[in-house]
Amino acid sequence: MMVNESAIRYKQSRLMIQLLLASEALFFAALIIAFVYFRNLSMDWSESSKHLQVERTGFFSIFLFASSGTIALWSNALRKGKDKLALIYLAITIVFGAVFLFGQATEYLNLFSEEVTIDKDIFGSAFFTLTGFHAFHVFVGLIILIVTWMLCRIFGYGVGNEQIPPGMLVAEWYWHFVDVVWIFVFFFVYLKPLI
Amino acid sequence: MEGYKRNMIPEPETPLPSIKTGYGLLQWLSSTDHKQLGIMYLWMALFFFLVGGAEAMLMRAQLALPELNLLGPEVYNQLFTMHGTTMVFLVLMPTLIGLGTYFLPLMIGANEMAFPRLNAMSLWITLLGGLLLNFSYLAGGAPDAGWFSYAPLSEKNYSFTPGLDYYSIGLIVTGIGSIGAALNFIVTTITMRVKGMKMNKLPLFVWMVFFNSFLILGAFPLLNAGLFMLLLDRQLQAHFFLPATGGSAVLWQHVFWAFGHPEVYILALPAFGIISEVIPVFSRKKIYGYVTLAASTVFIALLSFGVWAHHMFAVGLGNPVNTFFSAASMLIGIPTGIKVINWTATMWGGRIFFSTSMLFAVAFLIDFTLGGLSGIAFAIAPIDWHITDTYFVVAHIHYVFLGGTLFASFAGIYYWFPKISGKMLSEKLGQWHFWLFLIGFNMTFLIQHLLGLLGMPRRVYTYPDLPYYGSMNFIATMGAVLMMIAMLIFIFNIFHSLRKGMKASSNPWYAWTIEWFASSPPSLKNFDELDEVKTSRPLIDWEKTNQRNDGE
Repeated sequence: MMVNESAIRYKQSRLMIQLLLASEALFFAALIIAFVYFRNLSMDWSESSKHLQVERTGFFSIFLFASSGTIALWSNALRKGKDKLALIYLAITIVFGAVFLFGQATEYLNLFSEEVTIDKDIFGSAFFTLTGFHAFHVFVGLIILIVTWMLCRIFGYGVGNEQIPPGMLVAEWYWHFVDVVWIFVFFFVYLKPLI
Repeated sequence: MEGYKRNMIPEPETPLPSIKTGYGLLQWLSSTDHKQLGIMYLWMALFFFLVGGAEAMLMRAQLALPELNLLGPEVYNQLFTMHGTTMVFLVLMPTLIGLGTYFLPLMIGANEMAFPRLNAMSLWITLLGGLLLNFSYLAGGAPDAGWFSYAPLSEKNYSFTPGLDYYSIGLIVTGIGSIGAALNFIVTTITMRVKGMKMNKLPLFVWMVFFNSFLILGAFPLLNAGLFMLLLDRQLQAHFFLPATGGSAVLWQHVFWAFGHPEVYILALPAFGIISEVIPVFSRKKIYGYVTLAASTVFIALLSFGVWAHHMFAVGLGNPVNTFFSAASMLIGIPTGIKVINWTATMWGGRIFFSTSMLFAVAFLIDFTLGGLSGIAFAIAPIDWHITDTYFVVAHIHYVFLGGTLFASFAGIYYWFPKISGKMLSEKLGQWHFWLFLIGFNMTFLIQHLLGLLGMPRRVYTYPDLPYYGSMNFIATMGAVLMMIAMLIFIFNIFHSLRKGMKASSNPWYAWTIEWFASSPPSLKNFDELDEVKTSRPLIDWEKTNQRNDGE
């Protein structure tokens, strides 16, 4: 009975996070559509958007894409009961996420120094809103992962089960989602103008 | 939780008592029980109904005669904006979500929602959004750009009070609450059904709330994206909806209606569900065409995301776009028509018992169909150009929201009140409530179709003394007074019945869905144990097996 109970909890949590992320995806879709719409509409778009540095952002994006892999390794290690290894993978994930955010922050500072801000023109509005909301999601994800790491490290949360606890499953799903959103954002904001 | 090494989060051990609680307010505030949360949703909706109703009455007073000057134009703008926003987001949605929160677990034989804490969060955050929105009155002025806040009128340079900022933040917060409730409904329906209750045996109310939750998950993120952009425009001087500096005012309309059209179905589907429960029970017949009712709902849900631009025919999007959205909007008439036929066919040949609940359900059928017909009229773009932004629109929206959603909500409240409180609502007062409200409602809004055709624009605080304008508006105001009296009777009925009402048995209407198997009011744990469900009318089956067992 108890095992059955935890199986149901697992199923419920997975369903919940999938639905929540689907809902979130539409939020980002709306922001991306707004961005693309304004790019096609605006006359003076290139004036500000020429300050974007694709290679630099691409370099920092690699860290975020890689963190999706390391978090998968983390949950895999947990399932196999290698908790020491799992902690290391999770720590690497957190570091990668933090590096990405650092990249975002420095990019923003660069743009500010070029006097591209959210109130300068429509490019600024669309760009900072879209990437800012994504960065906020990464930031929340980092907090979730750090809390998870502490629970894991201090209380042994999730260690020694054949199934990872629903809370951890949700954290993993969420992190993958943040990563997938960035693939779309990176494509539409940085790569599409080059094509 | 046994599978884990250690239980991280302490779960409450002692059961919370049900309706009659010894712990007072604190226990209600900290409750995660779906029944208590559902009741609080309903109280919240009633509170905001009084607020929104007062706003409406002030407007009708100002419009009673030509060229009155009770309220200035600025105050009038705030009133119609707040009336619309309050009624849509803080009255109708909480009513439907509240009934869903209370009855969805009961109807599928579950003891609780899937995520009780999320459930509590949804309620309180919805309430917080409502309070934020109404706080704008004290903060220097309520929002005043209409309930859909068209840009650039809603931008800082045209609407400089903080009202629109409160509107944005309040609706974002409320929207997050609705999304939480929707997640809960879907997960509960999928994972917590009683043994034997396959999806094809679900009560129709559960089906409708279930589909509706997908609509909420799809629509509210779009609104939130739009509101965030509006907020950034107003607070950080962004340019999203300012055409003068490279933005686009039409984008706001697209984003808003991409949410807004699903939203009107979000307010309709659970209402359909209530009607589908009430009509069969009071006709003593099985629902006619169960599968078509459920399937046509899917059709409506999918279509609802593809018709948003029919709110924007007057923008000038071009004929191809208008034609597409005209056709798509007319398609919606088909599944809705199927439903109306189903309900009518359910009543056909039944032994109909006209309780107040059934009266409201029948009134729903007639008035909602009228609202649907005026909607079809709007789907024809040339007609829309003629009567858009006149009182015809006001009449249409009130026929679908009052004649549709609100009548269904009343039907549901009269139907389920015995289950919630253990007391019957007075039928005599109920009849008064029904007839006064019905007559008042049709007096107010039927006449507004004509006003709209004569060309009276909506959202004007007063009007010149043109032929018929004064008399028609006066009739509409009288109707509003009748509705107000009816609502006072209704509220008196609630309080009176709670204290002195007739005691209700566990199944006063002889219905057949599982919620009537629990006691009235249900105990904290809804059910001790339930037999397997074999058909869509479990209570009748269980009664039969009991009789057979007694006979042996």
